[in-house]
Amino acid sequence: MSRLAKVNEFVLRFANVNGTGSASANGLVARALFRMGLPVGPKNIFPSNIQGLPTWFEIRVSEAGHTGRRGTVDLMVAMNGQTFAEDVRSVESGGYLLYDSSKPLAPELRRPDINFLGVPLTEMVTRQFANPRQRLLFKNIAYVGVLSALLNIEPEVVEQLLREQFQGKEKLIPPNMQAFELGRAAALERFACPLPMHAQRRDAVGDRILMDGNSAAGLGCVYAGATVAAWYPITPSTSLVDAFSAYCEDYRINPDGSKRYAILQAEDELAAIGMVVGAAWNGARAFTATSGPGVSLMTEFLGLAYYAEIPVVLFDIQRCGPSTGMPTRTQQSDLLSSAYASHGDTKHVLLFPASPKECFDMAVQAFDLAERLQTPVLVMSDLDLGMNDWLSEPLAWDDAYRPDRGKVVTREQLEDGFQFYRYLDVDGDAIPYRSLPGTHPSKGAFFTRGSGHDRLGAYTEDGAKYQDNVDRLRRKFDTAATLVPDAVTLRDGGNSAGVLYIGTTAEVMPEALDALAAQGIELDALRLRAFPFTERVYDFIAAHDPVFVVDQNRDGQLRAMLLIEGNLDPARLVSVLSYDGMPVTADLLVHSISAHLAPVRALAMGASA
Amino acid sequence: MSYLPKPKIHHPQLPKNTLGLTRRDYEGSLSTLCAGCGHDSVSAALIQACFELDLPPHRVGKLSGIGCSSKTPTYFLGPAHGFNSVHGRMPSIASGAAAANRELVYIGVSGDGDTASIGLGQFIHAIRRGVNMLYLVENNGTYGLTKGQFSATADIGSKSKAGKANPYTPIDLVQLALQMGAGFVARSFSGDKEQLVPLLKAAIAYPGFAFVDVISPCVTFNNHESSTKSYASTRRRDRALVEADFVPLAQEITAAYAPGDRHTVTLHDGSRLHLKKLAEDYDPYDRIEAMNYLQRNQADGSVLTGLLYLDAEPTDMHAMLGTDATALNRLPFEALNPGGAALAELNAALR
Repeated sequence: MSRLAKVNEFVLRFANVNGTGSASANGLVARALFRMGLPVGPKNIFPSNIQGLPTWFEIRVSEAGHTGRRGTVDLMVAMNGQTFAEDVRSVESGGYLLYDSSKPLAPELRRPDINFLGVPLTEMVTRQFANPRQRLLFKNIAYVGVLSALLNIEPEVVEQLLREQFQGKEKLIPPNMQAFELGRAAALERFACPLPMHAQRRDAVGDRILMDGNSAAGLGCVYAGATVAAWYPITPSTSLVDAFSAYCEDYRINPDGSKRYAILQAEDELAAIGMVVGAAWNGARAFTATSGPGVSLMTEFLGLAYYAEIPVVLFDIQRCGPSTGMPTRTQQSDLLSSAYASHGDTKHVLLFPASPKECFDMAVQAFDLAERLQTPVLVMSDLDLGMNDWLSEPLAWDDAYRPDRGKVVTREQLEDGFQFYRYLDVDGDAIPYRSLPGTHPSKGAFFTRGSGHDRLGAYTEDGAKYQDNVDRLRRKFDTAATLVPDAVTLRDGGNSAGVLYIGTTAEVMPEALDALAAQGIELDALRLRAFPFTERVYDFIAAHDPVFVVDQNRDGQLRAMLLIEGNLDPARLVSVLSYDGMPVTADLLVHSISAHLAPVRALAMGASA
Repeated sequence: MSYLPKPKIHHPQLPKNTLGLTRRDYEGSLSTLCAGCGHDSVSAALIQACFELDLPPHRVGKLSGIGCSSKTPTYFLGPAHGFNSVHGRMPSIASGAAAANRELVYIGVSGDGDTASIGLGQFIHAIRRGVNMLYLVENNGTYGLTKGQFSATADIGSKSKAGKANPYTPIDLVQLALQMGAGFVARSFSGDKEQLVPLLKAAIAYPGFAFVDVISPCVTFNNHESSTKSYASTRRRDRALVEADFVPLAQEITAAYAPGDRHTVTLHDGSRLHLKKLAEDYDPYDRIEAMNYLQRNQADGSVLTGLLYLDAEPTDMHAMLGTDATALNRLPFEALNPGGAALAELNAALR
């Protein structure tokens, strides 16, 4: 039988039952490989459920740095009877399947072209541990031990990680190590270890970190000086506020126990965004985190914040829609509903982070932009980036940074005769001045309203004055285009074909471009980081043909926005779509792009022949 | 017509408060509501209350939702920032504003449509949250701006202008406020300034969630003979239970009260609230008794008014959250940002 033989380039997949503690054991494997200097891409594929349903965890190991989802499996850790047959089918020919051989394996489940590795895990842990909960948890640690032997994962690294994990609960370390050794010894005894497919220590991660995007964004809010968070629990955004809360507990508690922050768990998303609007109106840096259904509920308030010009920061951790959709699967499907959220003519600034470092940086930028522009800023992350650990450049901080609070008039300015009118474009950038409640006894007060208002801030039903104001808001969006983070070039080889993409597609793009190049297809690539789109985006489109636009949604929402905002011929942009709820793969990009180009290439080759 | 500024000429003999301000300094723009609207009397009572409390007008945040009542923050306290927000969502704006700056006074004005229907959820959750504010409902049992539909506070059998009877059970906001744990619960009548002004003073000064339900007749759509929220009907059925007067700490020396008939509650800052029971069998310090009494005694159609419940040990959102004593929006950036060295440590822990 063939056996896959590769070093430092493979995909592990764990099939578990959720609620059994498997995610932390699987995370332990990912982090151990990372500590061995290997780039890893862990992805948790979990159900919308607390206990008893199938859950998977994938780890891609790639010395070459291709940490995105590959979509195929080299070694399956099959620990879930419910999905066993499916899990057997998903292994690459020549690959491996580790299973619990405490009970005999039904012959019909076998496949002749893959290698079955049986270890009686349940039997071993039952013999070793008395407590049923321990047996459940330590079975996971035991298979980590098996994998350590099979894949050459250094036991010292695992032990060190366990020590760090159980710091303060030291008595848990010996039984965990015992379970680990149990599995490791069982594998060494049964199989020739390591397998031909295994890991070897390298120095391929440098100073990079392994972190999830939601933690990075929550930490970014702490660093940005946000003091009010208002939210309603919703997967997959919850961990962002949890992270903000945890970091605030580390950094924002006074000696007397009082807190230099407020977290309000609202009754629903309508109230959550209302609280952010109220706090921001009152001069605090305030934010909310939600997902698509929450954005739907928040749209009325987003329109108010846009029209009344209140700085709001919203993190949308996108998931599969529409409706409840698949709440634990990833997508980039809220682009249109966020960009144009609310009734009337509205447009919102969006940021598209593509790594935990960008989640952190863009959290800070979002507050600066929101306050500079006095408008909502939506940070469009997704479940894949938000909830999975990503290999990321380390977070960086410049202690010279001071927040840009925008055009806020002070008591002194008002005292010195500054003529304050709320919606007057004094500086020609379409951004007016604002004053905060309580600033001055007799000057600077104004009435914030969602109803028609003129330049001076007064109520109006005069069509010309109304139009003058909404025209200024549109011009303000032009100013936004000069302030948002610009698109970044990944490849610029003077090629005719180009590809545009955002966010998490970045993880697989280099791999896809390399694979396409191997087929003789060379593309330039530009990653968009914000809406409104910058000049560089339209220059790129003008300079390339065809231009592919990658969307992790069905309807090509990014492409639609490019067409609308750039007034482009739809034929100029070719959609590349991934919307099954799983993170996009390089393979999908390669197939979609090469399939589109195939007739063109055939034609070109025919002409040259 | 709010776009017309009022003339700023003051009578030289206008009385001044301790801040040297006259009542005129607490006014806003001219009202655009219908002549005789109860809401204008409520605005006038608010102006009087703030003047008498010596509140610096600019230290007040005026918040509202949408509807006739929600227009009124334009008509009082001109030097204060106002926020006319989204229908039914004033409580969330107030919660966020109060979270950001605990040092201002918040007056939220709402109506029966804004609070009892579209905003019912936000209303009760703001109470649970203990937002330190005056939550004032101008209650007329009808949707004025959309021309006379019944609201959720309309009594069963009360008739619309066109003669149709309301078949639905009314929502009693006072009962809800009591059940949700509001620390200060009162009901009054826009036509009874003598009762309303002291109640508003006490409610504004109360360091917690203070709810005042003011029956405020709609002269255009709900002031006819067969309406139970008309001026005439409310006057006829009004039964005052407890009279309240609020005395800020600074004024205690000058206020003289007849001893014996009043009960005094001292608040945390030393201010005092004087209560006078008008109904012998009523206990305004017992939440459950108050709820029972109201249920029993409203059955005959009485509109029970006055300070209906007072928690003499108030708490508020900031106490529950344990926030810094300084307003969060005044904390310096250095107190909020952990700095580069801390981030380097975090990076190390993520490797």
